[in-house]
Amino acid sequence: MSNFAVTSSPHLRKNATTQRIMMEVCLALAPAGIAGIILFGFNAALLIAICVASCVLCEFVWQKANKQQVTVSDWSAVVTGLLLAYNLPSNAPWWIAVVGSVIAIILVKQMFGGIGSNFMNPALTARAFLFISWSTIMASYPASIVPDAVTGATPLNALKNVLAGTAAMDGLKFDYVDLLIGSHGGVLGETCAIAIILGGLYLIIRGIVDWRIPLSFMATVFVCFLFKGGAEMALYQLLSGGLLLGAFFMATDYATSPITGIGRVIFGIGCGFFLFLIRVFTDSAEGCSFAILFMNVMTPMIDRFTMPRPFGEVKKHG
Amino acid sequence: MFGKKMFPGGVHPREGVNGKAVNSGNPIRELPAPKRVIIPLSQHIGAPAAALVKKGDTVLMGQKIGEPCGFVSAAVHASVSGKVVSIENVLVASGASVPAVVIENDFQDSWCALSPSDHPETLTAAELQEIIREAGIVGLGGATFPTSVKLTAPEGKSFEMLIINGAECEPYLTADHRLMLEKAADIVDGIHLIMLALDIPKAIIGVENNKKDAIAVLKAAAESVEGVTVCALPVMYPQGGEKQLIYATTRRKVPTGGLPVDVGCVVCNVGTIYAVQQAIREGKPLIQRVVTMGGLVNNPGNFMFRIGTTVESLIEACGGLSPDVVKLISGGPMMGAALPDAAVPMTKGTSGILALGKEAAEMPESPCINCGRCVKACPMRLVPTKLDLLVRGGNYEDAEKCGVLNCMECGACTFACPAKRLLTQSCRTGKRIINANKKAAAQKAAAEATKE
Repeated sequence: MSNFAVTSSPHLRKNATTQRIMMEVCLALAPAGIAGIILFGFNAALLIAICVASCVLCEFVWQKANKQQVTVSDWSAVVTGLLLAYNLPSNAPWWIAVVGSVIAIILVKQMFGGIGSNFMNPALTARAFLFISWSTIMASYPASIVPDAVTGATPLNALKNVLAGTAAMDGLKFDYVDLLIGSHGGVLGETCAIAIILGGLYLIIRGIVDWRIPLSFMATVFVCFLFKGGAEMALYQLLSGGLLLGAFFMATDYATSPITGIGRVIFGIGCGFFLFLIRVFTDSAEGCSFAILFMNVMTPMIDRFTMPRPFGEVKKHG
Repeated sequence: MFGKKMFPGGVHPREGVNGKAVNSGNPIRELPAPKRVIIPLSQHIGAPAAALVKKGDTVLMGQKIGEPCGFVSAAVHASVSGKVVSIENVLVASGASVPAVVIENDFQDSWCALSPSDHPETLTAAELQEIIREAGIVGLGGATFPTSVKLTAPEGKSFEMLIINGAECEPYLTADHRLMLEKAADIVDGIHLIMLALDIPKAIIGVENNKKDAIAVLKAAAESVEGVTVCALPVMYPQGGEKQLIYATTRRKVPTGGLPVDVGCVVCNVGTIYAVQQAIREGKPLIQRVVTMGGLVNNPGNFMFRIGTTVESLIEACGGLSPDVVKLISGGPMMGAALPDAAVPMTKGTSGILALGKEAAEMPESPCINCGRCVKACPMRLVPTKLDLLVRGGNYEDAEKCGVLNCMECGACTFACPAKRLLTQSCRTGKRIINANKKAAAQKAAAEATKE
């Protein structure tokens, strides 16, 4: 009896794998994508397909060209592709999706060392780049194609006018049902609140994302706007724009958010606070992307200051 | 209700199809003594024992064949009667090669003269420590630290509480569970004798709540003894870690780099307590213990074996291994050592022999995705992925600053890691190198001091 494998303990491993986690994130993102296709039509489906395909292809080509191990089977590029697509207006041209994918995967992810090593969220950075470079295309927000859809300005733009003092809150009455099912203007994956919340709760229940980030993020936004414009304003702000998608799916990106529980709370609060500042004090109606990107950059610092004290270590005095 | 009896971190290792449930109902059986036993002279932490016999000597069962060398050391005894055929270096479970006494069994089981204590209830601390030292008792939970040393309070410190570790948090293992069920009265008696000798007013037996029958039996046995309580603990690995168990049962935190005695506690495994009781009441040295044979073996079970029996003999008694076995493990699946072959002898620290299949096979590592599962799992509240990167990068100084020396190598981080990174292994490497560097620096300083 001999020739048994000899390795270091432990000899048991949990079932979870990187691939499985990423697949479950894709699953959780599915309802929002399906809602986007129903709400905005065939072009939405096309953009999703192009984004996913070009993200995976970019990763494959880059790794082949650099003679690295090809890791597209971990599904992380699919997640990036989906998130990028969800951040595009449904009438965006196909090449926008391709350019975004190249930026997300090659510039942001692979050039910094691939999965786990990027310091900013790839999909969000790509969106920010596209937004600045092709602002007309990226801010066009077509109305939903479903019957009785809300037309005209997006809810966020309407709220912006209230915040800027050029419109009155009284003149503004959104239908909560519209906000929840997403039959209003916006990028293709962010409008259907129900679908996003469903996917987000799935990830929390499965233990894939930490509830601390979405909760502290959304709670901060709610509280800030409660003081700024009252309960109705706070609720509208919570349900419109990219906040839900950002809080559940973008701010929770492992590589670009802190690793400890307390760090994640600080991160979420920071995201919420910056989002509030941008939505209120800048020219922009939306602030979710930049708020999360700000906090992405601060993550290493948060991690450094929130290192847990080893069990039993006594606080140093003096 | 368990809210207070927890420690931070921890994981729930799955047990596979052949985990604890298979064996917890199997009573302890006597494993037939083998034709020859291989008894290593170093089965404990500390200096190896010095051989008291030579080739050709006839020995009796229970006869001392190894004399402890120094304070941190333990005696070694013959587990069968017969003839010493050789003293040679053998490979043991840890991978080390150590001198061992090989005895040919005469199957007479003739005991040497045993001298049970004539005043068990009025032993002094020194007498108790001497009995334990002479009986060669070490920590049977697997750490194998000499028990006589453990039960000696350092100058100026005292034990307020004796904590008995019956957590048995490693998957598959049921040896302690069966011992608690079958020898509850003896275990409680042992606890009582130690409390009397060392003047410890309080004892807590910590048992994971998946062993409700053992808890009930111990509670009944402990009723008659004042100061002994049984504490049901939530099922969470590593509940049986010394610092974790102390925290769970007393809410006291052992300071970093400190010992349980710093918070007035001393922790002993249930098996150790039983061995101590046998040494006091019967005068029997530690020549046998209970082992769980689990995993992919035809007839799993719990066995009382003679120290020095090979793993091979145990497997034979269990009807052989399934052909799907990938790894053979001595100890539990989380902290045990993988055995290269089955020829190694089982020793005082062998709590289990597990035959694991493809679930224990090596897995390719992938990059850290920074998910934080290792941080959540670490019972010592470290950041394993950070330590992993620091150690792999050769940055031992920063790894030490980040607390790598606190790591107890429980394996929870590696277990939890979805990227299958060998985090525990990195921490282990880091600890070894840092400690070796420290030792070298101290030696250098000492050498220079003598030069001046």
